[in-house]
Amino acid sequence: MKHESIEINSALLIVLTLVVISIGGLVEIVPLFHIKGTVEKVEGVHPYTPLEQMGRDIYVAEGCYLCHSQMIRPFRDEMLRYGHYSLAAESQYDHPFQWGSKRTGPDLARVGGKYSNEWMTQHLIHPQSLVPESIMPSYPWLMQPLNYGDIADRMKALRDVGVPYSETQAEYDANVKKFGKTLADQFHIPNAIKSVKEEAASQNWDGNPKEITKMDALVSYLQVLGTMVDFSKYNQGYFSKFR
Amino acid sequence: MSQTPENKKGQVETTGHVWDGDLREYNNPLPRWWLWAFYGTIIFAVVYWILYPSWPYADTYTKGLETVSFTVQDKDGKTSTVTEHWNSRALFNKDMESSPSALAQKEWLAKVKDMSFAQIAANPDTLNFATSMGHALFGDSCAACHGSGGQGVLSQNPDGSYPNLTDNNWIHGDSYEKIVSDITNGIHGSMPAFGALYKGDKLTDLAEYVLSLSHQPGVNEEAANRGKSSFATCAGCHGANGMGNQMIGAPNLTDAVWDFVDVPGAKNIDAKVKLVEGVIDHGLQHQMPKFGERLSPEQIRLLAVYVRQLGGS
Repeated sequence: MKHESIEINSALLIVLTLVVISIGGLVEIVPLFHIKGTVEKVEGVHPYTPLEQMGRDIYVAEGCYLCHSQMIRPFRDEMLRYGHYSLAAESQYDHPFQWGSKRTGPDLARVGGKYSNEWMTQHLIHPQSLVPESIMPSYPWLMQPLNYGDIADRMKALRDVGVPYSETQAEYDANVKKFGKTLADQFHIPNAIKSVKEEAASQNWDGNPKEITKMDALVSYLQVLGTMVDFSKYNQGYFSKFR
Repeated sequence: MSQTPENKKGQVETTGHVWDGDLREYNNPLPRWWLWAFYGTIIFAVVYWILYPSWPYADTYTKGLETVSFTVQDKDGKTSTVTEHWNSRALFNKDMESSPSALAQKEWLAKVKDMSFAQIAANPDTLNFATSMGHALFGDSCAACHGSGGQGVLSQNPDGSYPNLTDNNWIHGDSYEKIVSDITNGIHGSMPAFGALYKGDKLTDLAEYVLSLSHQPGVNEEAANRGKSSFATCAGCHGANGMGNQMIGAPNLTDAVWDFVDVPGAKNIDAKVKLVEGVIDHGLQHQMPKFGERLSPEQIRLLAVYVRQLGGS
């Protein structure tokens, strides 16, 4: 083919440009699916419970990722401020992951357990009442009732992309083996609505026990972030094998 | 216009493209410097492939010749040196171990490791280190609730209040050991709701009595006297004379310091009574998270030194 025929045919030029660019992407991305060490072997990481997953969807819908990253990089200053650097394994059930690239607010990868539920709730409703210097907007509508009628559909969609929520007895049994009965019950899609109700009632997430609110879901999600892996089980050298 | 196609015809090759009948494109050789820079990048890439992780194959990748060594400590405290192929996590481990700032911090941490709290506080140098490191830790872990200066948040809504750490009024005690254990294990502060027990006038009388303990101006003495007998229920935690009990975190009610509800900020005595009534009615639930898994014991010790001196203790 003469180069001139590419130059004068814009459709051909677009197609060939796409081919060239995708080679770069494929060479970088595809091997990661085959390399064994991409996702670290680590205990404790499990999919989100239905209530947490609802909270995650609110996190995405409210655009929290625009100001908050969920990715602690392996640098000393980040370690001292946020804790252990994030592992690939910790976002293996995130679709899409919330790593982010913009930190207007602090990183949230290990925010779980750092603040009390009351603090989270009040801070989301009116951040400046607790941190006067903060520029975070208020989210008072999070106290509205949570519409969790479609949770089973949400879990099915995630199941389609590989999150091990169970539909059949065999999948449920596999989850019992892998995650234990308590979690497996919550990951069972036919139980989804019941799980949301039970988990919302299990703790005083937002100070309003009468109603399941968006705040219940979001706080339960924030409180689990970064808490699944017990890093005291591994020495510092373990995770560097995987890079 | 000396270099028109006309007068260079035959000297420089053209690409053969012709536009508008007479516009032609020269096929000049690339500038020498550019060409050598291009070859340079190719050589650089080959050197990089040899030294650093690069090419994937099967289920792994070429790891490169460069290595990073660092020390690891297993659960029994045994240390060993690990040599790993060059990667950002290994570099991070090395940085945590031997970067100049890490070394400086380690030197000071080692200095205060075996010192008692009193010794740290007595030596200006170690106190300086403890307060500067404590200040940084406080900013990361404590300031979101207790304020960047430790001033706390006092709100008319008791659920939105966080104790002031800068006064010398300690709900849970001011010994270093107690502060360390509170930071490590967290605190679950809880006052039961007495709404079922005290209602209407009885509740108001009790609230008046509680306010009379700290001599709030405008308290209705008569009502306070009537409420005194009800205080027997409160005495279990707050003490018969309302002096509080640091062992169980029951605040002293006889001083003018309010930790969980902004009584001083209320406009008049009626509003103050309302606020106290609310606390008796609903009780209080306050949760401070545990930081024992987030911070190291050494960090918590230094934080305790910082927090204690905030209150002037």
